[in-house]
Amino acid sequence: MGLRNIGIVYRKELTEALRDRRTLITTFLVPLLLIPVLGAGFTGVMSAVIGNAKREKPKIMIIGGEDSPGVVEALRKNPKINVVPTSKDWKDLVVEKKIRAAVEIPPDFQADLSKGQARTVKINVYGGELKSEFAAANIESLLKEYRDGVATERLTANHLPAELLKPFEVKRQNIAPPEKEAGAILGGIIAYMLILMCLNGAMHPAIDLTAGEKERGTMETILSSPVSRTHLVLGKFLLVMTASLITAVLLMFSVSVSSAALEKSGALNQMVDEGEPVPQLSLGPAAVASVIIMAVPLSVLFSAGLFTIALFAKSHKEAQSYIAPLMFLVVIPAVSAMLPGVELTPKLAIVPLLNVSLLCKELVTGEYHWNFIILIFLSTCVYAAGALYLAVKMFQRESVLFRS
Amino acid sequence: MIEAVNLSKTFQDKKRGEVKAVDEVSFVCRPGEIYGLLGANGAGKTTTLRMLATILEPTDGTARLCGHDIVEHPERVRQHCGFLSTATALYPRLTAQEMVEYFGRLNGLDEATLKKRIDQIFQRLDMNSFRDRRCDKLSTGMKQKTSIARTLVHDPPVMIFDEPTLGLDIMTARTIIEFIHECRDRGKTVIFSTHVMREVEKLCDIIGIIQNGKLLAEGTIEQLRQRHGTNDMEEIFVRIVTPHYQEAV
Repeated sequence: MGLRNIGIVYRKELTEALRDRRTLITTFLVPLLLIPVLGAGFTGVMSAVIGNAKREKPKIMIIGGEDSPGVVEALRKNPKINVVPTSKDWKDLVVEKKIRAAVEIPPDFQADLSKGQARTVKINVYGGELKSEFAAANIESLLKEYRDGVATERLTANHLPAELLKPFEVKRQNIAPPEKEAGAILGGIIAYMLILMCLNGAMHPAIDLTAGEKERGTMETILSSPVSRTHLVLGKFLLVMTASLITAVLLMFSVSVSSAALEKSGALNQMVDEGEPVPQLSLGPAAVASVIIMAVPLSVLFSAGLFTIALFAKSHKEAQSYIAPLMFLVVIPAVSAMLPGVELTPKLAIVPLLNVSLLCKELVTGEYHWNFIILIFLSTCVYAAGALYLAVKMFQRESVLFRS
Repeated sequence: MIEAVNLSKTFQDKKRGEVKAVDEVSFVCRPGEIYGLLGANGAGKTTTLRMLATILEPTDGTARLCGHDIVEHPERVRQHCGFLSTATALYPRLTAQEMVEYFGRLNGLDEATLKKRIDQIFQRLDMNSFRDRRCDKLSTGMKQKTSIARTLVHDPPVMIFDEPTLGLDIMTARTIIEFIHECRDRGKTVIFSTHVMREVEKLCDIIGIIQNGKLLAEGTIEQLRQRHGTNDMEEIFVRIVTPHYQEAV
């Protein structure tokens, strides 16, 4: 009888939820569209900005250097930069982004160079501004080439081999397996999105099935039926959890499809330097499946927690104002897991939400530390069971159901 | 049959402290009888009826509906009663039929019986034209009929009505009044609360006058008229309630 009644309540709530536009949007549309829209938008904007910055021939100004024609000529001849006539207000021009950089060549630079005295050439840039940084990088590499040329000339003059400058070569090689590389890039973001989506998916149904019922006057109607309050709360809770889980599954589906599509589109090529390998973003099915499994206790925790909080409210609006601060509380551990250097430890493995975030990061990279997985799964289940118990208890309290 | 024995309910109020909403109320309501609980706003009518429907739990005393104790077997009590008030709304995204089916299933009816019952009720209440229409698209009258169908679907022997005509237009209120009459004619035990004297005179076999949570007087209309020497129900009510009302003020 108990299971039958839970099933009846669940079916009815499902029917209503599928007819509710707001639930459909938060459960189906948001997780499906969020990642492609964010991904495409972000990559589109980034690749356009970086591409534009790379294509631009930056205007630069040379300050001083009248007595050092060699270095000035070398800069002028470089096809990657556009040397413009010197002006006194060069600092303002850099700040106003009218020129990208100004190279300050100290007096007697060339003379001192021939005497073997080291001088400093300053590159004045607009820090943090992409085009200015690119211009500075160009100038820097040009000046390094010039410096190497001077050094080679000196070695040749002294009958020494040019190899003396570079006794050995350094080469960086990426040996990370593709899924680990994808995980390292996406892991933190996926954990963050998963937590937010699980919460978001549960939020509207949890409010609608508690405070919403009170507001519409259907709470008294259902309480007059023979179904026990425990069965009623379980039926309702299952629907909230279903919505939260569907959101998580659709998010992971969307992430895996979007990341594969992004990788295939070649949009990432714009973001890496020529010759550098393009990172692989597509996630393996094992990574997707394991993250979804971890989303189960997370959904239970959020569904029961939101259900209990929303139950106190008398109206939809009141419930939203109770739940809004919770979003900030949830974001903190989700963001913390994204910070570099924050790794899973036995202590962190029992911190709710942070543990799931860190584990998701590992799962996405294909690392399976079973001791942590079991500990985190069990601890999250314990928190979830506690939240569910609280929800059931709260549903028995008249002061909560009929709060005036 | 309803038997209330010293039924009491105390609430904790932040400002007023302990509030006795219902204070040792005892009465009996028999099958084929309409018991009218008459009282001003805040007298304790709704709390009493909510306790009988097991929506609220009494702090003291108890009541039995069809022999089932409201404290010990609340689920059995709910299976034997139908509760209707203007506060018992409908699920907006369900159709009229889905709404009634939902409550039929929760009352343990099997699918074949449920279908038969729904067809009968929808026919009797003339609801077939809107059975597949969503509740949020129904007129007030249609909504009331759907609410009635919801309370009737499991054919309960006890009916509890809490100010069922409050805020309704005359035609819709008439539908409810006719329905209450019909329940009595079918031998059901009916209790209903109101503060409308005309409804009391029209419907009730026995009247209980309640104020400050206490049942101050009880009897048939004739008994009350003889006791107070007037035929005017409103005058009788005022005479009974005034000393206690002033006491409360």
